[in-house]
Amino acid sequence: MIMKTNESHAVTCRTVRKHFGEGESRTEVLRGVDFHARLGEMTFLVGPSGCGKTTLISVIAGLLEPSEGEVDVLGRAHGSLRGKDRVEFRRRELGFVFQQYNLLPSLTAAENAAVPLIADGMKRGDAVKRARALLDRLGIGAKATSYPRFLSGGQQQRVALARALVHEPRLVICDEPTAALDHETGESVMQLLSSAAVAPQRAVLVVTHDNRVFHHAHRIAHMNDGIITQITSPS
Amino acid sequence: MNFIALRMLMADKAKYFGLVFAFAFSTFLLQNQISIFCGIMKRTGSQVRDVTDAEIWVMDPYTEYFEQTKALKDTDLFRVRGVEGVDYAVRLFKGNPTAKTAAGKFAATFTLGLDDATLVGAPRKMLLGSWEQLREANSIVIDRAGYDLLYPGEPLELGRVLELNDHKARIVGISDAAAPFVSFPVIHARYSEAIQFQGRERKMLSYVLVRPKAGLKPETLARRIESETGLKARTTAEFAWDCVVYYLKNTGIPVNFGITIAVALIVGLAVSGQTFYMFTVENLRQFGALKAIGVTNTRLVGMVMLQALVGGVIGYAIGTGMAGVFFEATLNKLATRGIVLMWEAVVGVAVLMALVAAAVSLLSVRKVLVLEPASVFR
Repeated sequence: MIMKTNESHAVTCRTVRKHFGEGESRTEVLRGVDFHARLGEMTFLVGPSGCGKTTLISVIAGLLEPSEGEVDVLGRAHGSLRGKDRVEFRRRELGFVFQQYNLLPSLTAAENAAVPLIADGMKRGDAVKRARALLDRLGIGAKATSYPRFLSGGQQQRVALARALVHEPRLVICDEPTAALDHETGESVMQLLSSAAVAPQRAVLVVTHDNRVFHHAHRIAHMNDGIITQITSPS
Repeated sequence: MNFIALRMLMADKAKYFGLVFAFAFSTFLLQNQISIFCGIMKRTGSQVRDVTDAEIWVMDPYTEYFEQTKALKDTDLFRVRGVEGVDYAVRLFKGNPTAKTAAGKFAATFTLGLDDATLVGAPRKMLLGSWEQLREANSIVIDRAGYDLLYPGEPLELGRVLELNDHKARIVGISDAAAPFVSFPVIHARYSEAIQFQGRERKMLSYVLVRPKAGLKPETLARRIESETGLKARTTAEFAWDCVVYYLKNTGIPVNFGITIAVALIVGLAVSGQTFYMFTVENLRQFGALKAIGVTNTRLVGMVMLQALVGGVIGYAIGTGMAGVFFEATLNKLATRGIVLMWEAVVGVAVLMALVAAAVSLLSVRKVLVLEPASVFR
């Protein structure tokens, strides 16, 4: 199945392959992925452990090079971006939510949320101010000056969400955002993600195992053994 | 991003203090040992530098340092005076007679016999009395440390009598002579009397002190004296340095201090390096997250180097402060007088610590550079 680039596509993968190692230790992780995620939608990437979901989002994020195939993100072919250009593209156009939050323990919630802006050269004071406003919108403004160790898992994930959105990226990539949370907290984080992250010119790509939150997806790409086996929409 | 780097550094208090302590300890030990070593080496030429009214020392061709003298012939003085460009040339005796107090306490001394007529070479820094009183019969000037050695705990007092080789000599002045390499009292007397304190030998002239005529460089005249008389002639600076070189070559002092300095450097490097490396390794996930978010490698390298630099600068400042306090506390002690924190040691150790900080950060930078940003998804 060969896919064409479409202006409504935030991500397009064409026959993407990725292997690690060589010779006897060579492991094929992606075996020809054809996939796209549309702007204005939240797309879930689901599948069993080890099926290649994390490798695929790493390739889409430009953190790993595909062994073969093409990846277009927001109309730019990854292959055309090298070195600093790729890092800059990632910094400006992509937002990340990690399973383990990966907040910096020495920074307050607002400072953590402001990191992408500071990394892009904005003055610390302005960046933190903007991050605080976003934390307010996400319902965690009262914790803006708290350090991560004083926040619950749900609160930390909201701060991570603020960090992913503060610079208004056009593609938000979430890796198991609810895996470390109980169902209730996970549900509220996903509601927040739906309301705050999904926008007409933005796409959200979520890797998850958690079938209790599948109803938040516009489309679900099922992955198994390194390929996309099925695209469905939640009922 | 600099504030993030500094927050990361200071948030891990145990490692931060470990890093700062390693730099501080290393800095203190290096500055301390280098300054003491240089101070001790400088003492080997103290009596040479204390002579301010002559600029050239003439001696036996085989003399290597101040204490090692072979007497010249009295006629050598006249040969030196005959060299073109000599303003004046006077004799100087150096001996080590034993001085004994009335109470029976005694000590070997550095006794310098000055030209009777001019008193060239007399100590110019006097604490009590006057060097001009050396013109009186049987008079001597003794240095403060020597006085304290012979009269421990007693106030400075003129008129006391010392016995030197069965000759009685009255103390007419107490000088602030620079500390000699060994802690002997430094005694100044007139030449004609000093040679009596030592015991008469056939030749007694240890050195000829020379001042060049105005406009003539001491180095030029020294070379001229050497070529015309066959004697060895050194400027004050050259002779003082000869003394340092002799002790460097012929004693175990440089090896002892060298080992301490090397240990301080190695310990500083190893402890700070290991601490900082551990700090970086434990923060790799944070660096990985920053890398994934879009922080460039250059920026991350800058962050790591800033962390090492700040740890190094704070440690260096604390270590330098400790060294300053140490030398301030020992400044007025007679045994350690003249041994001070040298600015050259402060600057040199700053350069060394900068190199250590650079080496330490390079180890950690490598770890950050090879870090796969995709690792944050695992």
